[in-house]
Amino acid sequence: MIKVFVPLDSAALSMGADEVATAISERIGSQDVTVIRTGSRGMLWLEPLVEVETAAGRIGYANVSVDMVPELFVSDFLSGADHKSKIGLVQDHEFLKSQNRITFSRVGIIDPLSIADYESHGGLAGLRKALTMSATSIVEQVTESGLRGRGGAGFPAGIKWQTVLNTESDQKYICCNADEGDSGTFADRMLMEGDPFTLIEGMIIAGIAVGATKGLIYVRSEYPHAIDILNRAIAVAKEHKLLGESVLGSAFEFELEVRVGAGSYVCGEETAMLESLEGKRGMVRAKPPIPALVGLFGKPTVINNVMTLSAVPMILADGAAAYQALGDERSRGTQVFQLAGNIKQGGIVEVAFGVTLGELIDTYGGGTLTGRPVKTVQIGGPLGAYLGKDSWTVAMGYESLAQAGGMLGHGGIVVFDDTVNMAKQARFAMEFCAEESCGKCTPCRIGSTRGVEVIDRIVAGEEQSKNLELLEDLCEVMADGSLCAMGGLTPLPVRSALKLFPADFGIKSGVK
Amino acid sequence: MSNYSEESILNYLGPYKGDASAVLRSLQLVQELLGYVPDSALDLVAKNCNVSRAEVYGVFTFYSDFRSTAPAKAVVKVCVAEACQASGCASLISELHDKGYDIHKGTVKADIQMEQTFCLGNCALGPAAMVNGKPIGRATSASILAAAKVAAK
Repeated sequence: MIKVFVPLDSAALSMGADEVATAISERIGSQDVTVIRTGSRGMLWLEPLVEVETAAGRIGYANVSVDMVPELFVSDFLSGADHKSKIGLVQDHEFLKSQNRITFSRVGIIDPLSIADYESHGGLAGLRKALTMSATSIVEQVTESGLRGRGGAGFPAGIKWQTVLNTESDQKYICCNADEGDSGTFADRMLMEGDPFTLIEGMIIAGIAVGATKGLIYVRSEYPHAIDILNRAIAVAKEHKLLGESVLGSAFEFELEVRVGAGSYVCGEETAMLESLEGKRGMVRAKPPIPALVGLFGKPTVINNVMTLSAVPMILADGAAAYQALGDERSRGTQVFQLAGNIKQGGIVEVAFGVTLGELIDTYGGGTLTGRPVKTVQIGGPLGAYLGKDSWTVAMGYESLAQAGGMLGHGGIVVFDDTVNMAKQARFAMEFCAEESCGKCTPCRIGSTRGVEVIDRIVAGEEQSKNLELLEDLCEVMADGSLCAMGGLTPLPVRSALKLFPADFGIKSGVK
Repeated sequence: MSNYSEESILNYLGPYKGDASAVLRSLQLVQELLGYVPDSALDLVAKNCNVSRAEVYGVFTFYSDFRSTAPAKAVVKVCVAEACQASGCASLISELHDKGYDIHKGTVKADIQMEQTFCLGNCALGPAAMVNGKPIGRATSASILAAAKVAAK
């Protein structure tokens, strides 16, 4: 039987993958061919990327359209024959070859809803190992791996788990933050659509480790396909006794449920997410107490991002040392970078920390899609700093980026060419904050609106020195006085844009 | 709410009876059923979850997904966040504007409603849009309108 793989990832669907899959199925006729839907390899500029299994490996055909399908059959693509869209062995592609895919090792390769596929590609090994270990030693493994929160804050996952483990309670929860609202980030979505069992396995392990019997995945409503696949994957996992009263026949119980957001960016903030999970307005809670002690419904709760929880099965399966061996300084393991915006080769780059920004943009990304020079990149979403070409040599890691004035966040990198106006971007950062602020604290709620006004006055050339001073003062109040990162980090893109590109604000040299 | 009686909605919300933590999910269910949340449904949710109407109203107004009126047959979401700005969503938005759709105002025309959204998670293939849940990458005003016309039929 010949296997043809067509992605079902939303990004591939957005380029017509469903229509291509249908067109291929319709032409198969009586041939012994099966079309398998997979996640995406993360080479998004090649979507829809159709693959055919041959004796040599999986051969790819890029940017396949419905119109192209008849000629692919005529060219005998089913045997891996030449065609202008052929890119050769997918695994040998320049973009993939040098990556170190751990969390994304199965995405784009397996059928996301097949447990058999999942297991034959190394799945469940981590969970099986965890079931033979004590809770303390599971947490120790996670701590020793050096895994830090991939959602943005970079807090050591093991320490969070230890806190929940140490806290006595009749009920504890594992909450997965899949409210991936940062523009330029899509790794969570791609993993949930392409390999949901990895996330499910990671959450079960977390439950066993801290003594939690209930897990919730909070997914944004903008991800209908991810929600659908997760729900189906959970049903399959229940059938196979991965979830339920007895996980794989053990004494551990774990139930899992998907909860859907309702179009609020701030609900990606962990305490706002908890409020939303409790059915309320997504208003940020004051910390302390931390959610590890007083979380969902007041109970001890582990809140981790999709990428954090999805790194766990491999850490358990291969040992903490293997994961810890990768990385740079205090940033251990791999990071799933997302190349986005005006980029020629956008998609997923999973490599060990320490790769430089320049390598990511130029070597992997191939520069801008428009072919114009890069002016700036924004890393870490709407609350991340803008960096210029002088940061190209910065090694990517939590501390190194912070030192360069940036923030890793969720690892999304948005590339802008030289036509971007940075005063507009700074204004947008404030505007976005005003739009999405939960309104609980004054610096964020009111500061963001005042920020838009002050930037407008600066750009209009009104009393520039005075207004620049006012903007700086406002940024300081927001950064130091806001309850959460929404107001606290909005000054980051604003200040960096102003510092790097004052001319875009109409600031003449001489004005401070 | 013409096609649905109070009773049938309460029946639909049954699993959440008396559950104060189910306000958000109840509103989502109502919107799933009717396409929007009519004012009278706020009372039903309040009654069913055993919370005050004010609490339900607070949740309803916090989340941008909720609608108080019925949506058009085709709902188009156009991403206006940074990654799509970098790939030229501004000119796409002005083209749509010239065709009579102001995405910032959510204009409805010919059974097509266009709205702005912040990020659809398709940031490497921007500008991104979604028509009744179907994603569109490298969106142009022509590709959006073509998909919207099909969805509005």
